[in-house]
This record gives sequence, C-alpha cells and structure tokens, in this order.
Amino acid sequence: MSATLSNHQAIDLRESTIRELNAVLQSEDVTGSWLVSHPEGRHSIAVGLTAPIDIIIDGQAGYYAGGMNQHANLVIKGNAGPGVAENMMSGSVRIEGNASMAAGATAHGGLLVIEGDAGARCGISMKGVNIVVRGSVGHMSAFMAQSGNLVVCGDAGDALGDSLYEARIFVRGTVKSLGADCEEKDMSAEDLQILRGLLEEAGITEYSAEHFRCYGSARRLYNFHVDNAAAY
Amino acid sequence: MSQSKNTPPRTTPRFSATFDQFTISEIQRAAATGIYDIRGAGTKRKLPHFDDLLFLGASISRYPLEGYRERCDTDVVLGTRFAKKPIRLKTPVTVAGMSFGALSAQAKEALGRGASAVGTSTTTGDGGMTPEERGHSSILVYQYLPSRYGMNPDDLRRADAIEVVVGQGAKPGGGGMLLGQKISPRVAKMRNLPEGIDQRSACRHPDWTGPDDLEIKIEELREITGWEKPIYVKVGASRPYYDVSLAVKAGADVIVLDGMQGGTAATQEVFIEHVGLPILSAIRSAVQALQDLGMHRKVQLIVSGGIRSGADMAKALALGADAVAIGTAALIALGDQSPDLAEEYAKLGTVPGAYDDWQEGRDPAGITTQDPELASRLDPILGGRRIANYLSVMTMEAQAIARACGKSHLHNLEPEDLVSLTMEAAAMTKIPLAGTDWYPGKNGF
Repeated sequence: MSATLSNHQAIDLRESTIRELNAVLQSEDVTGSWLVSHPEGRHSIAVGLTAPIDIIIDGQAGYYAGGMNQHANLVIKGNAGPGVAENMMSGSVRIEGNASMAAGATAHGGLLVIEGDAGARCGISMKGVNIVVRGSVGHMSAFMAQSGNLVVCGDAGDALGDSLYEARIFVRGTVKSLGADCEEKDMSAEDLQILRGLLEEAGITEYSAEHFRCYGSARRLYNFHVDNAAAY
Repeated sequence: MSQSKNTPPRTTPRFSATFDQFTISEIQRAAATGIYDIRGAGTKRKLPHFDDLLFLGASISRYPLEGYRERCDTDVVLGTRFAKKPIRLKTPVTVAGMSFGALSAQAKEALGRGASAVGTSTTTGDGGMTPEERGHSSILVYQYLPSRYGMNPDDLRRADAIEVVVGQGAKPGGGGMLLGQKISPRVAKMRNLPEGIDQRSACRHPDWTGPDDLEIKIEELREITGWEKPIYVKVGASRPYYDVSLAVKAGADVIVLDGMQGGTAATQEVFIEHVGLPILSAIRSAVQALQDLGMHRKVQLIVSGGIRSGADMAKALALGADAVAIGTAALIALGDQSPDLAEEYAKLGTVPGAYDDWQEGRDPAGITTQDPELASRLDPILGGRRIANYLSVMTMEAQAIARACGKSHLHNLEPEDLVSLTMEAAAMTKIPLAGTDWYPGKNGF
C-alpha cells in the first residue's frame, strides 16, 4: 500500500488543521491524488470540494466527511461518522468500514458506497444520489427519500422508506418493517438494469441482482385524505 | 297588550363567549371536512405587543437631537463574531425568509429590488435560491432548512450569509408545508418533488440533532464557504433564554428570534394560534442570555414577528435587538389585503384585511401564488418601489423617535427610554409600568 500511497500529495492531520486541509483541497487549481493521514475522527474532512481529485482518508472520519461533494472521489479507509457525504452533488464517496447515521442525507447526486453497515436514517431525504451498502442499514432508512436509489445487500431495519417519494429501494436480505406509504413493488426490467449497474459500479460482484426485492412509494400520502390520517 | 299576557317575554339572543361565531364555524368546518384548518399568515389573537410600550422622549433631564439637521445613524453590521465578510446594512430592518413557491417569482423579485434600494437584505426560503432573487438582491441570506429543498453548495457560496433555520415563530417545532396547488412544474423541479402533491417537510434537520451537533454543522458550513459568511441561527420564540444561549455556544454569528405573530405560507390554524410566544415576551430573555454570556452586540440579535412600523423597530432595538425583520408587513406593502381587491376577495369568501388562505395559491394580488396569470398582476419594479418606500418610512420613523430620545444612532436606544402601559408588558419586558419605577417581580413578588 505504501508504494501506491507514495504517489499521493500528502496532508497529515496531526500537523495541519481541518481549515488548512480544506483550503488546499478546495483551491481552484487543485489536481491529482491526495492522502490524508491521521484523520483520527475529525469532523468536516474534505467538505465542499469542487474538483475531480482523488482523496484517500487513511483512518476514521468524524461528522460530515465529504459533505456537499462535487466531482471529487473520496475513499475513507475506516469508519465514517454521521452525515457522511451529506448533500453530495456528484463524484463519489466510498467507506471501507461502517457509516454512522444519516449517511448520504439529502444528497442530490454521485455514488456513495458503504462497505460495512450503515446506521439509522441512511439516505434520509435523498434527492437523486445512488447509495450502495454492502452490509445492513438501520431504522428509518430512506425516510422521505425523494429520488435516487438505495441498494442494501444485507438487511434493513424498522420503518424502511417511511413517507417515501420517488426514490427506489433495493434490499437483498430481510426488511424488519416498512414505513408509512412504502410498499414492495414488482422488479421491472428497468429496475433490474439500474440495480445491476449500481452493483457493478460499486464493485460488488458476490450478489446477484435477481436476489433483491424492490420497494417504492405507494403514493397514498401524496394528497391528504382524512381516511389516511393514521398513517401520518 | 292582551297578547303579551299570554306570551312570556323572551330574552335577546345571546352568543357565547366560549363558543363564539368563529369557534362554531370551525367546529362545523372540521365536522364537514375531516381535516384541520390550514392557512397562511400569523396569529390573529390579541397579544401583548409593542403597542404596550411607549417612549418617554427628552425633557429637562435629557435633550433631544434636531430632526433632519443632527445625525441619527442607522447602519448595522451583522456577523462580526467569526465571519470574514460580515454583512453591512444601511438600515436595521431586513426582509425575512419567504420561499419561491410560497411567493411568486414576481413577489420575490420585488422584495429584492426594494430591499436593495435601501441597502438591506432579503432572505430565501424553503425551496432554494432562484437566479432572479440572487440577481435582484444585493445582499441575500440563504436559508438552510430541514427539508434542504434546492440546497446546493454553489448557491451556498453565492449567498452573502447562511441562516440555519431551527424553527419559526408561527410554528416552533413544526415542519414546512406547501399544498399541491402551489407545487407548479418549476417549484416541483427546484424541490425535486412530483408536481401537484401536498409537500410534507420535516421538522428536524436530517443530519444533526441538538446543540452539540449544531456546533459541528455550523463548522461544516463554515468550512464549505471558507469562513467568509455570517452564519445565522433562526429559532421560533419558545424558550428564548436557552435557545439563544445554545445558539451562541454552537457558534452562531447572528441569532434570529421570531415571535408567534410571524407569518407562515401554510400551517395548521391550531399551531399558529396555540404554540410559541409573542415576540414582546421573548426579547428580554434573549438579550439577557447574550448579556450573561458577554456576547450582547457581539452576536447580533434580529427579532421578527409582527413588526409593522418604525415605532415597533425602535422599541425592539431599545429592548436590545440589533435589527428587526419583516415578512407580513412587506407583503402588505406589496399589495396584499388591498381594498382594491375587495370584489375578488369576496369570491374567495373573505374581505380585505382578513385574507389568509395563502396556501391555496389563488391570491388576487399575485403574491402568494404560482398561477402565472395571477402572478403577472404584480409588477416587480413597482412592487420594489413600494417596498423601498415602506422600508424608508420605517427607518425615518425610528429615527424620529431616536432623535426625540436624544440618540445619535438607533442602537443607542435603551430600555431606560421606554415605559410599559400594561402590567403584562411590564412583567414580560422588565420595563417599569408608566408612572412608576416598578415592574412585576421587581424586589420579589
């Protein structure tokens, strides 16, 4: 690993502050590959990036790593704290460990890959992002998800897809319970194609798209009706 | 006469104070429809307000400043605590957050034009920033809301300040709402929602909960924008002492405190009328929190909720606020509630002065609508002029009062310049009751 890493421009967070790190990574002329060492759970690592650069975070990240990312490709070699890749617009964030709650919250685009498990509210209010989780997701995942795709290779916790809008959810394992207005859908050819593409893009080869189930909005809460009041 | 001997006298029909006509009509409406009443605007009940305070003016012991000849400055700088680029307003009255979606594009443009003409700011709302409002607002505050509709880092960087919205006065603890009639194709696209649905939006932020998280969130927003922009935290008035203390602790540059008179685009009537505090009762404890932390005037306080005039503004500043914000008053200045629209209001079952079905999107004034025909009735250039006029009048009124109190800057107004007219106002503000040096609770109860 050290051979590959030696080609990177390096920033050591034992020597540099988060402000210094982000200022460098956000600068207009930034290019190439970067290695961030000793992250040690610091918050807001590599947020607000706009350039198509590659960044390896060599350890654990705190809150909001890769927040609002545009075009950059991040790999976190440990676990990530709450709100990883929140409001991401484009690019990619890959977490080799687990992700805490609200991974990919409100993200509009790009690809978020979580190699381990994700906590509660994974993909909350997602607005177009694709999220692929190799493990399982916690309760209330894809809560109020508006668009995009959430792929869960393991199991999903309680109230999956509660108050869902137009996002798609694919789960290979069990779903503990579905949230209000979320229902299982027939997997269409288009769904299957999207799922295959996402698994491939995420580098997940051990699971076949045919073994997933598809969930979406029943659209019963789109316009208020008193007979559905108990669902709110 | 002979008849009256046989018919006992009847009492005059008597209406109940508890079951008054509005209450009866609401029970009948609820029974017929099965849904709570949703409406726009703020609370309509009578509340302790700025009218319950008076200025003393100068006398032998204080001397006044000459109107027009002796200066009374009005400028205010917001965001001096951490932001590299604080905001400078020429007058301490700003336009509060109102979304494109709730308001027409023409109304947003008019607000931007008017505010820019007098050197103050406008604010986006739930739904993102339109290029029109950015273009027409020389100083634009970008709201960061639980729904994050239309939220993107490019607009964040285009903004002059960022307002993290925790709550609003009309509904502290409530989420956004925009009914299907107003989810036009453009609004739907900006919010990434299907057209025509009833939008339900969250009441809590998706990726942080509580003051410790908020501190980390604010730091992230600063990191994304290079620590340039002032970060406001907006709260609905409910527990102002603690909310202000926690916002300061979380790193806010500016705190926006919105009372229950503050308007809304669409909220349950029961929420508007029964949750939150009138702004008069919230300012003192907010200022007290800043003073206890040694942060008064270092973290600026903007208050809103029922601000109507230069007198209201001067009273809020005298109580310790740094600036005020207007919403409903700005819409009235644009033409909302105009008597010229009486016939059209009648078709909507209302009268000028009482129109509050802003959620329906059928506003004959073209303000709270997404209907292209209705919206086109509002001329943004003329509307901008009306807003500028109104903001100028507010400023001049506040200056007139400040000069009468002998103050060379609006910010030199102080509690000592005020008296309370009612026991309630005296208790809420700790401003002595007129004619006394006493307020309830002074020297113990």
